[in-house]
Order: sequence, then C-alpha cells, then structure tokens
Amino acid sequence: MLDRLEELYRQAADDLARITSSEALREWELGTIGRKGEITLMLRQTGQLPPEERAAFGKRANEIKNLLTQAHLEREELIREQELARSMEEGQVDVTLPGRVTPVGRLHPATRTLREIYDIWAEMGFQVYRSRDVETDEMNFELLNIPPHHPARDMWDTFYTTTPGVILRTHTSPGQVHAMREYGAGGTKPIRVILPGMCYRYEQITARSEVQFNQVEGLAIGPRIRMTDLKGTLTEFARRMFGADRQVRFRASHFPFTEPSAEVDVTCILCQGQGCGVCKHSGWLEIGGCGMVHPAVLRNGGYDPAVWSGFAFGIGPERITMLKHGIEDIRYFWSNDLRFLNQF
Amino acid sequence: MLVSIRWLKEYVDIPADLPAEALAERLTLAGLEVGKIRYIGVPQQNVPGITVPPSDHLVWDRQKLLLGKIVEVKAHPDADRLVIAVVDYGGEALEECVTGAPNLFAYTGAGPLAPPLWTPFAMEGAEVWDGHSEKPARMILKGRKLRGVYNRAMVCSEKELGLSDDHEGIMLLDERTVAGYAPGTPLQDVLGDVLLDIDLTPNLARAWSIIGVAREVAALLGLPMHYPPTDVRMDGPAIAGRVDIDIRRPELNPRFTLALIEGITIAPSPLWMQLRLKLAGMRPINNIVDVTNYVMLETGQPLHAFDWDILCRRAAQSGAAHPTIITRLPDAGEELTLLDDSHHVLDAHNLLVADTAGSLSLAGVMGGLESEVQPDSRNILLEAANWNFINVRRTMQSRKLSSEAGLRFSRGVHPGQAEFGLRRAAELMRVLSGGIVARGIVDSYPLRPETVRVDLPVAEVRRITGMDLTPAEIAAILRGLQFEVDVTGDLLHVTVPDHRLDIGTGVIGQADLIEEITRIYGYDRIPTTVMDDLLPPQRDNPALRSEEWARDLLVAAGLNEIVCYRLTTPEREALLAPPGESVDLPENAYVTLANPISQDKTVMRRTLLAGLLDTAVANLRQTDRVRFFEIGSVYLPTPGDLLPQEPRRLGILLAGPREMAWWDLPARDGRFDFFDLKGVVETLLAGLHIEKAVYEPARHVSLFPGRTAALTIRKRPAGVLGELHPKVAAAFDLPDGLPILIAELDLEVILGAARAAHRVSPVPTQPAVYQDLALIVPEETPAASVDAVIREAGGDLLEDVRLFDVYRGAPVPTGHKSLAYALTFRAPDQTLTDKPVNKLRERIIKAVGQKLGATLRD
Repeated sequence: MLDRLEELYRQAADDLARITSSEALREWELGTIGRKGEITLMLRQTGQLPPEERAAFGKRANEIKNLLTQAHLEREELIREQELARSMEEGQVDVTLPGRVTPVGRLHPATRTLREIYDIWAEMGFQVYRSRDVETDEMNFELLNIPPHHPARDMWDTFYTTTPGVILRTHTSPGQVHAMREYGAGGTKPIRVILPGMCYRYEQITARSEVQFNQVEGLAIGPRIRMTDLKGTLTEFARRMFGADRQVRFRASHFPFTEPSAEVDVTCILCQGQGCGVCKHSGWLEIGGCGMVHPAVLRNGGYDPAVWSGFAFGIGPERITMLKHGIEDIRYFWSNDLRFLNQF
Repeated sequence: MLVSIRWLKEYVDIPADLPAEALAERLTLAGLEVGKIRYIGVPQQNVPGITVPPSDHLVWDRQKLLLGKIVEVKAHPDADRLVIAVVDYGGEALEECVTGAPNLFAYTGAGPLAPPLWTPFAMEGAEVWDGHSEKPARMILKGRKLRGVYNRAMVCSEKELGLSDDHEGIMLLDERTVAGYAPGTPLQDVLGDVLLDIDLTPNLARAWSIIGVAREVAALLGLPMHYPPTDVRMDGPAIAGRVDIDIRRPELNPRFTLALIEGITIAPSPLWMQLRLKLAGMRPINNIVDVTNYVMLETGQPLHAFDWDILCRRAAQSGAAHPTIITRLPDAGEELTLLDDSHHVLDAHNLLVADTAGSLSLAGVMGGLESEVQPDSRNILLEAANWNFINVRRTMQSRKLSSEAGLRFSRGVHPGQAEFGLRRAAELMRVLSGGIVARGIVDSYPLRPETVRVDLPVAEVRRITGMDLTPAEIAAILRGLQFEVDVTGDLLHVTVPDHRLDIGTGVIGQADLIEEITRIYGYDRIPTTVMDDLLPPQRDNPALRSEEWARDLLVAAGLNEIVCYRLTTPEREALLAPPGESVDLPENAYVTLANPISQDKTVMRRTLLAGLLDTAVANLRQTDRVRFFEIGSVYLPTPGDLLPQEPRRLGILLAGPREMAWWDLPARDGRFDFFDLKGVVETLLAGLHIEKAVYEPARHVSLFPGRTAALTIRKRPAGVLGELHPKVAAAFDLPDGLPILIAELDLEVILGAARAAHRVSPVPTQPAVYQDLALIVPEETPAASVDAVIREAGGDLLEDVRLFDVYRGAPVPTGHKSLAYALTFRAPDQTLTDKPVNKLRERIIKAVGQKLGATLRD
C-alpha cells in the first residue's frame, strides 16, 4: 500500500512537472489531490490498513498530499505567468491605428474670444452690459457728441433703415449712454461695464471688411479715474490677451466721444516687432481705440463732468481672433464652414 | 495727404540729422498717422527702434546723378532729331550728351548759353528709370555710340528720375530750384525729398496743409514756426468800388474776400511749383490755377480764380455798373454746370456763389464752367471765402461731388485764414504772371467768430491725466501750438489761435486743451497706474450667464455653434413656406435697410431658420453629417414702437447619418430623425434643470406635418421642433430625401425657466425593485399619456419609468402598438418586497386599462 502510494506520488509529481496549461493542471488536480483524486482516495483508505501500519501510512500520505498541493500551487503560478505572457504576446494592437474619437461640438471662435475678453475684464470688476442692435441715430451718434452731418460721421459707414432716425448700430458705444443712465443713478454711482455686441457697417464684404462684426466696448466712470488708469488697465488687458511679454503703445487718435483719444497697439505677435506682412511692416498691431470719456458724453449720461471722469475703449473680437490664429480672411467668421469651425 | 519734408522745412527748421522715419514716428504717435513714407531719390534710413516697410524705390547715386549745367546745345552731325548738350557737371572737362529732348531744339547752335540751362545729369553706371519703357523698368546707364557720337552720360527727364511720368523732354530746373548749388552737386541734395502720406482724422482739419503739419512738427520738436510773408505789392487802381459782395446767409458764409490782379499772362508755372503740385498728387495747369492750388496746399485755404472780364460782361448784360458777388441759396429748380462738366439741378441747401446774372460756382465745392480762367484771360478776380462746413459736407453728399477744396471746407477751415490765403495767392500771381494787383482787398466778414478763451486750472489737468505737470510745462506745450497763454499761479488763461475751430469753451474746452497737452507731451511718457477708484456695485448678468450655459450644454451634446448674418431678404425667408403657402407676416414685418449694400442683405432677419438651412446647404457639399446651433437675435418691428423687439432665439439643425463609422466598426444604418432632435432639446432642458416641458403635436408651415412638436415650458410657448417640410428642403437646394431636423426655440422662455440652484436628492440607500411592463394601446394614444398615467398610478414608490421598446405587428392587433416600460420601484426608508410592488403593478395596469384602454401584453 505504501509502495503503491510512493508510486502514485512519483507519477503525479512527474506528470505535474510536464503540465503547461491551466486545463491540464485542473485535470491533474482532479485526478490526484482533488476530492476524488487518487491520493485523496488512498488517504481515505488509511482506516482499512492494519492498525500498526496506519500511523506511518497516514503520516506519509498526508505528507505527500501536502507536497503535491504545494507543488500544484507553484505550478499553477508558473502556468498563470506563462499564459499571461502568451496572451500579452498575442494580444498586441497596432497603436498607430486611429482612435475612436468622441465627436464633440465646438463654440464659434467669436464666442470663444468674447468669453476670454469677459473673463479678463470680470477680474478687473467690469461686468457685461448688452444693448440693442437696431438703434436710434440719437443714441448711436448725437448723444455721443456726433451731431447730424458732422464730418466725424465719415468715420462710420452707416446702414440706415426706412424708419427715419433708426439705424443699425455702427459700434457698441450707444451702450455707454444706456449703461450710464441705467446704472449711474442720476450720475451718482461709479460704473464699470463692458458692452459686447454685433455692429454693422455699410461696407463691401472683403477679406478685410465685413458688414457685421462684434465689438466689445468698455466703460469706467468714477470720481477719480485718470488717463494713467486707462493706460494701466488697457496695458494689463493687452498683456493678458496677447502675452505678458507684449509691449503696448498708445498713439494719439480721435473719437468724438473720448478726449484725449488713443489707439492701442501691441508688438506684433508674429514678428515680435521686426516687421512682417501681418503688421504691415510696422512692428505693431492695432488692437483697439480708447480715451477719456468726453465731457459732453458724461453730461448726456447724467454725470457732472467737472466732478466725474471716466475712460472708454473698444476692441474687435474677430480682429483679435484673426491676429492670434493667423486668420487672413474675415469672411470665415459668418460663413460657418465646418472646416473652419472645427479648427477651434 | 502727401507732405513733402523739403517743403515743410520752409516753415520749420527740422534738424538735418532727424531721419524722416523718426519724424514720421513722432507724427504718428501724436495722432497724425503716417500711413506710408515715399522716398524721392534719397535712401531709406535705419532708425533703431522704428520699424518701417522696406522701400525699393530708386536711390539717386550721389556720385553719378548730379546737377548739370548745359552751357551749349550743338547740332548732331548725322541726325536731325538729336542734339548734343554740352554739360558742366563739376568734372574736369565738359561732357557731351546726345539727346532727343525736343525742349533743347530751340537752343541748338545758339552758341554758349546765357543764362545756362540747369538739368539733372547722369553718368554711365547710374541707375535710372527707363524713359522709353511703357511699364516701370529700371536700367543702368551704359556708354554707347549714338549715330557715331560716343555718349557716356545723359541729361534726364522727370520720368527717368521717378518724379513723374513726364518724358516729353528733359527736366530744365528753374533758378529757385538750383539757387545755391554748384554744378556737380549730388542730385539728392537738389531734388531729393521724402513724402509723408498722412491720414488725418476729422478733428485735425487745421493740419490739412503744409503749414498745418509744420505747426504740429514745430510743437513736437519745440521749434519756432516761420510763416511765409503776406505782403502784397499792390500797384494797381483800388479794388474798392469796382466789385461788391452780398452775403445773404452769413451763417452759411461767414466771410468772403476778393482781390483783383490785372494784366496777367497765362503761362506754365515755374518748375518748383509744378514739382510740388505733382508730388502732392495734383496736375499743374497754368500759373493762375496752380497758384490757387499751391496756396491751398500750403495754407489750407481753398481759393478760386474768376476771369474778371467775364464777370464784367455778365454784370453789364444784367444792367449792373460793376460785378457784385452774391452768395445765396438757389432758387427752386436752379441749375448749374460745373468745371468738371457735370450738370446739377440744385437742392435747396446747395449754397451758390452768384452774380447779378446768375450762378457762378457751387460754394466751397467747385467752380462753374462759364467763369473759369481761360487760356487768354488777362484779369483775375481772386476769391478766398469761408463756408459752413456742415453745409458743404451735405452739398458734397447730395451732389455726389468731391474736390480738394470741398474736402477741406467740409472738415472746417477757420474764417481767419481767408485773408492770409488771399494775400499769399495774390502776391504769387503777381510775381508769376506779370500782373498788377489792385490796391486793397474787399473783405466781407459778417460772422466773425468770437476769439475762444479757456481758463485751465492745473488741477484739472491732473484730475484727467493723472500727471503732475507744472504750469510752465503746460504753457510751453500750448504756446508751441500757437496758443496764447497767460499763467496766474495755478491757472492758465488760454487764447485759441485763429486757425483752429476745434477748441470749445468751459469744461469741454478744458478737455480739448488737455488732449493737446497730452498729445504733444507724448502718450508714451504718460505713466501707468492701477485704478484705485471706487469699485462700483458688482452686477451679475443672468441673461448672459444662462445663455453661455446653454451654449456649453449644446456643445457638450456634440453640436457646433454657428453665427450667421443677421441681414437677409424677405424673399429668402419666404422660401420657408412651401410653394402655394405663405409665412404669416404682419404689415411692415421687417426692419428694412434704406441703403442696402447688396441685394442679399436688405432686411434684418425675423427667424434663424433660413440661416441654419443656408449653412446646412453649404456644409453638406463637404460633409454628410451636420449638427449645429445658433444663438442670436431676431428683429420684430412692433406697431407703434420706433424700435423693434430683439428677442434671443436658439436654432438647432441636425442632418445626416446618426452614427459615425470606424475602421473596425461600421456605422449602423440610420439617419438623424425627429427623436434625435428632441433628444438634443431634452438634453439641453435637463442640463438647465427644466422639468416642466411639454411636447405636443403641432403644425408649422416649414415643417413636416405629423413630425412637428410645439414645446411649452411652464405653460409658455417656447418654440417648435420637427422635420423640415420636403418642399422647403427643395426650395433651399438641400439634398433630395435627406431628413433635415430643425428647431427654433424662444431662448428667453427657456432660460427664464432654468434653475441654477435646483434641489439635489439624496443618493438612495435602499435597493430597488425592477419590473418590466408591456402594454398594448391604440396607435393614436400618445406615449406621453401612457407615461403620465403610469406615474400617477405608481405613486411615490415608482421612482422611474423608462420606455424601452415600441413594437407593432403580430401578435399585437393592427391599429395598436405595444409600449414596453422598465419600471423602478424604491422606498426611501425600507427594502421593498414583491408584495407591495405587485400591488402597485396591478394598480398601474388597471389605471392604464381604464383610462387609455390599454391591455397587458403577455
């Protein structure tokens, strides 16, 4: 019986050493140390042996079962490793095949730039104030210090409507007077707002000019707002929008609703000021106009210009987008070609 | 405006070592934007820190392009049409140049010339423009034999130097041009120049002249101004009593001055004047017309020359003893033919210069054809007047006319300048035409503007600019601009010079002066500060914030945002109704442009639908799958209101295959349909936490009947969604048979119902019980009704109802459909057992049976 046991043990150990798959291992386990396995069965037969042999046999049988169980565990581990290695070998993919992209939507580039502008100004305490597209001549021009037939009107090519005195706004500046009257509490409260919106100009549509375009105007009114603040604030904006290393330049200009007036330039983002086609070889890119609010406009907004002062500025989101992304044709914006929109 | 720096230097001593590029930069920063720099013969200079566009103009070689003096013109031995100019060019010997210039023929064989002829001279190796080439072409001058005479140099035409297109003869320089220069002087020094092309903003009307720019340069550089003399030698009989002025509308014609120059001879003006006119972009005509233009360019005061004899004849014909200049508004239907041969039936506001016989010119804009200077004119009546700028601008617009004079008058010329211009021009005419100026001038000045005085406290400068400038600094800047300034302590009493109209009074005048102070001081020198002013009350903009929120949700749903033109045509929007039907529009439905720029943009849109469809058509040429949305205003005039309503709308469009194919995963068949569109709307509303949304079958003229729903949110109509009517799709040239899903929703209703602070339910701790329920209902029963009855009967323990299948066909009887629901039951505080759930299920089955005639499908 003991010989038989030893024989079985040798056989089982040999078999185990040759096993390479988990299926065969499972079979081996069932046939040897499983519930109905030969070693297990033998162990159960211990009781049938003569009493003097029982102890030795039982001890040896248990020993063998333990040895085989241990060997099985080791073999199992080895096979698992081998099989994992094999599956890794076989399961490789061509990582250069394209991924399955989740088709996402995209914001229009004008919206993206508007949001960027809102965010920068919000941190400086400027909130968004919106006003209408179809405006009165009075709001768009007269209250902004531009009388009828004044040569300053040549600065805007205006769309008139068939209703006398009603036009499409040529800039978001009418919002200045709206905001002053609505928020100024009769010229007693300071204001900081930005005025975004679509504006319209009587212009042929070309790569460089559009009949409609967004504008963002800013307005700060207070008892102590100075031109140095205008320079400081717009310089901060320009560096946030175009990069901290930008140089910012203020150039005297003219707008009837500000005085003094300036144009704001930043060093060209393409050539770093060395001169290129984008900056027309000037080294500078014009990003907007600005100035101290004209006393007549303050007065029209309900403020006493001897006590209150303010600054205003206007920037073009589409132009800024074009400069930042090297877009050479403004017509892309409203033609909504997905081949353009999908690049944002 | 083209400004010659050589000319500028007559009025201000611009330092010789100040490069033109640096001067241009100073002017640009001060608001006189130099758009372009044009070089005449001189090289471009590299100024550190200043970037200018590289110029590839012709630079006159300082060794090879020289001032030459023709001492004799000899006949060519072998050619009739060539002569030999003997030139002193400062070299050791005289140089013989063979030339065909016809303007030398008259001197041929006359022996040594006294005085000599001065001309530009080019030695071989010099680069010049090819005078014979049609297109601009450069050439290097090479020595060669011309009919047997070796020629290694050339006398030059204007064209060869790049001064003009004139190649009729060589350039013969006048005395004034060559004064002080010896033969052999580099031509750069004699004729070289730099032209600044300045774009003037409307407020800088005073600078629309060489003197005007010179004043700015003088102020910027801190240099004095040299004004040209205004003395006139007046040797003729007095003008007084020989001509009268009758100004009928002084508010339109504040001043009118006249001088009389008699016994003139019309001839070409001298080269120096012609050259300046040419470089300014004007065409020389004769010594009278050129003087009027020259003085206008110089002083900014436009002038007009009448033929005096024609005026006298007209006076006589109308029975008057002598001419009277009358300025007046036209009679009804009055007509006038102008210098440019254009004929006008005048508008009521078109001011005229007339005489007793009728109209002469359109005031401030253009002279009339009849009284202009003739080639044989002998006597000239010279006009320098002043006109209301607004009226001149209106006249130019209504008559569709433009002229150098009109452009200047329409921007504003100070009436104080009229006499200055008149005297300057009279004297130049006398000198250049051999005439005699009548003694005195006639000056009618009914509306003399008050001298503007502004008191400017230094504190005001500080308040607005934020800079501590001293009274002396401020006074120096203003005096540099020709203001008179008296300083009393911290108060400056400023008197405005009589060439500016742009300085107001009181607080506005102060602002006007502060602009001048900062502009000349230099914006680049103004420090920067951070606002330390009161922070205003901070205001949220909920409308914008929720609009941006909606954009984010739609983008997250996979849609691209588009922005369309808000201008369209009624015809385009009419296509939204199938042929035979019409969009129901009120009267005066559109905001209509009075001056549309193109035929496809005549009105403001009333709907987003046409823009969405146009965008789809364009993109479906490139791709088969489009999903996009637009958020924007439409424009709805309302009767009785001046301005239209501008409600914000949301438009959505889907078309094409629902799924995308991958390299190992083909797309399942199926194109976007109504439920994809509804799903987008539901996704949006869910994202905005809007629960009370109702979709009901609806009709819309543009949409497929039976595949159209009206959306109602909290009982407010919120727009329509559906499949586009096939006939409308065809009208917009959309691909045949492709379902287009489109929605136009009222953004204000939607966003008004959005809830940023919605309630959040606790995460359940109790297990749920799931049950499926398939119900057979009549075909016409809306799913929403079944859903509602199930929920009502299910009560609080019914957590969720989800439709997962709709089936038609055997064994479901015809005219019926099977709706299969997955029901989720859950109690918040205990584990549900089958018993109560089965009871609820029975209740639901009973309810749908009673209310909707539904039966359980086995």
